Amino acid sequence: MHSAGPTKPVLYVTYAALMGLLGLSAWAAYWPIGQLWNFAIALLIAAIKTALVFFIFMQLRYQRGLIRVFAAAGFFWLAIAGILTFSDYITRGALF
Amino acid sequence: MSLLVTPPEIETPMPSYLESGHTVRSWLLTLDHKRIGLLYMAAITFFFTIAAIAAALMRIELLTPQGDLVTSDMYNRLFTVHGVLMVWFFLIPSIPSALGNFVIPMMIGARDVAFPRLNLFSWYLFMAGGLLALYSILGGGVDTGWTFYTPYSSTYSNSHVMAMAVGVFIAGFSSIATGLNFIVTIHKLRAPGMTWSRLPLFLWSLYATSLILVLATPVLAITLVLITLERVFGVGIFDPKLGGDPLLFQHLFWFYSHPAVYIMILPGMGVVSETMAVFSRKPVFGYRVVAASSLAIAILGFLVWGHHMFVSGQSVYAGVVFSLLSFLVAVPSAIKVFSWTATLYRGQISFETPLIYSLGFIGLFTIGGLTGLFLAALPVDVHVHDTYFVVAHFHYIMVGGMVLAYMGGVHYWWPKISGRLYHEWTARIAAIITFIGFNLTFFPQFVLGYLGMPRRYHMYPEQFQTLNVLSTAGASILGVGYALPLFYLGWSFFYGRKAGPNPWGATGLEWQTASPAPEHNFETTPVVTTGPYAYPEGNDMP
Amino acid sequence: MSDILLEPPPSPFVDAKQHSEANHLGMWVFLATEILFFGGLFSAYTVYRWSTPEAFAQGSGHLEYWIGTVNTAVLLTSSLFVALADLAVKRDDRRWVTLHLAAAWLLGALFLALKAYEYNQKYLDHLVPGPNFDPHGGAPQVQLFMFLYFAMTGLHAVHMLFGLGALLWLLWLNHRGRVSSHRADAVAVVGLYWHFVDCVWIFLYPLLYLVAR
Repeated sequence: MHSAGPTKPVLYVTYAALMGLLGLSAWAAYWPIGQLWNFAIALLIAAIKTALVFFIFMQLRYQRGLIRVFAAAGFFWLAIAGILTFSDYITRGALF
Repeated sequence: MSLLVTPPEIETPMPSYLESGHTVRSWLLTLDHKRIGLLYMAAITFFFTIAAIAAALMRIELLTPQGDLVTSDMYNRLFTVHGVLMVWFFLIPSIPSALGNFVIPMMIGARDVAFPRLNLFSWYLFMAGGLLALYSILGGGVDTGWTFYTPYSSTYSNSHVMAMAVGVFIAGFSSIATGLNFIVTIHKLRAPGMTWSRLPLFLWSLYATSLILVLATPVLAITLVLITLERVFGVGIFDPKLGGDPLLFQHLFWFYSHPAVYIMILPGMGVVSETMAVFSRKPVFGYRVVAASSLAIAILGFLVWGHHMFVSGQSVYAGVVFSLLSFLVAVPSAIKVFSWTATLYRGQISFETPLIYSLGFIGLFTIGGLTGLFLAALPVDVHVHDTYFVVAHFHYIMVGGMVLAYMGGVHYWWPKISGRLYHEWTARIAAIITFIGFNLTFFPQFVLGYLGMPRRYHMYPEQFQTLNVLSTAGASILGVGYALPLFYLGWSFFYGRKAGPNPWGATGLEWQTASPAPEHNFETTPVVTTGPYAYPEGNDMP
Repeated sequence: MSDILLEPPPSPFVDAKQHSEANHLGMWVFLATEILFFGGLFSAYTVYRWSTPEAFAQGSGHLEYWIGTVNTAVLLTSSLFVALADLAVKRDDRRWVTLHLAAAWLLGALFLALKAYEYNQKYLDHLVPGPNFDPHGGAPQVQLFMFLYFAMTGLHAVHMLFGLGALLWLLWLNHRGRVSSHRADAVAVVGLYWHFVDCVWIFLYPLLYLVAR
């Protein structure tokens, strides 16, 4: 199960990428491209960072399917909660 | 056809779990899943009793149209106590934490659950939560209803909301711990040869229940934190003065609380599956479909919560979507009812007490489920929302379904738990009394609700009195039905006829070991070579 | 007799591999629950940001950008050290396990210290929701943003505290020689928790600090 895992070089490269992405998001926050785009870029960068942490630091890349399913389940269920709740708010006053 | 390679014929040298230690410490610090199951059983019986007393007071008040026994405020506190204790301190832990803890490791051929210390800790969490709830009750209770709607619960109520909310919050972590333990146990500790397609359906149901426990309960937890913060700091995100939306609370609350009702009913369905097979001496019809339905109920159950909010201010579009999804979630439940019925067909039926409870379940759950479909229809809900129709609907499922299933499960596994047999005719009569009392209590409530009597009111117009009197009369009969098992089961524990390893002649690994269960469940790890309901009467495997 | 005071407790597992797999699965299931626990707050954030974007921009403007950014870097670095500690465990290097875990702990403590400083600043600026709140010329919904800010970072900080406690426990276990390549689960599983708490912050940073710059 943990027969494989990240090596030291992999960890350092991942860390460098994380810090680079942090710098990018800190800088991108000041780009005058409209609030919506700022938000989208910031979230995208956060998602990539999280994916790096999940797959390398938390070793999801080296795990079997069962663990990956449970890792995904939390996000999937949160998405259900968020999307259905949000669908109420964006449709209030919309149709009737 | 035996499920063991060589079943030992001699007296097992392993002491039973009841004999391995007689001190208080050996019970309160136990790591044995069977003892922990009994600790839970004792605890939930205690909370059930308090909640039942609250219900009795409510029903006595409702004998007369005037509010003469208690004040409005007191009545509010009574129905809140009844709801909070019944939902979180009886129904949710009942089959999972009491029976499930006891049975699951034995059913899969394991010595214990995956994390025994976490299991014990979960009981202490449950007791801590319960103690806080008791403290809240003794301090005067809460008057918000078990649903804690904002802004009343977060801002205006002068009752002990925080203590109750924190108590439920802590008990919620007990649920999560139990669900986590069961998921890992079922994935990792199955005996050799126990593939997923050989799992008894009780385990499929409990697995589905555990998924809901771990995915839904955290949202309840954060919601309770939020109303507690709002009470402590005087401001919060549900506060309209700040631009907050009280309906957001309802979204978050019902995201948990609707799946919670499936936490409550799925284990009961599991018990029914087991008893149908044993007492028809046939495999459950459509094993794969029933197993898949358990998972489908768990998943679909997360998509329907808005049907509690049709008239709260939710958008009409969202209402339509939730209504449609609510129709859909009835399908797997219906499939199960058909499967159980088909299991009975051409079976060798013996009307033991567990089967009587299960048959009651099928009928009453069906009525409850059908009325749920009525409520899922938007125009009908507009008419009967917050009336006794809703109250009757969920009591048909929770009491007519779940409580009956719990009683059936307790009776079914009683020989394994106590090593004794209860007096069969007394038990059958108690089951029938319960069935009659239940219907007399709750069927009139469907009519009352349709005629317009609102719920959570202790005064009502004169014309509703007859039906209310019938309902209260039924409640007193139901009370007898509930009380009787306490006496004859308790009596049998000490004086009942000793049971052998398998008094029902059932398949299932838990019946291949001594009664009461040995301390470490099995002398040697069983090896499974057949499917779950391999009755030798010539019936084909599913 | 199965008693919690028995050491070691009788195990229901067949072998160490099964036990290790169960430990990992258990922690991942727990992390799924944590996603939903924080998720309620994220849902509330989403709804209110969508409905009152200006108030959220104003609220975010009151936060110290540099503290948020430095804290993110601090946590990412502490995660690196925890990952390095896990590698050290696998090669039975007890000394480096201690050093890496201690470094992670110190960075975590630094994070909380910066947070405490930040909270104090907010308190002095009357930005704590409640009777003393001053919206600084903004809409009343700024108080909503600040409430979410305190709730989300506060809940995160509570998790950090548990994490710091867990790291201390690991340091103690390692000191007693109970961590090795054959008993690597404790570090691995606490590591999963620590990384997860880091990921929560990775999302909190842009949602709270980068709304309107």
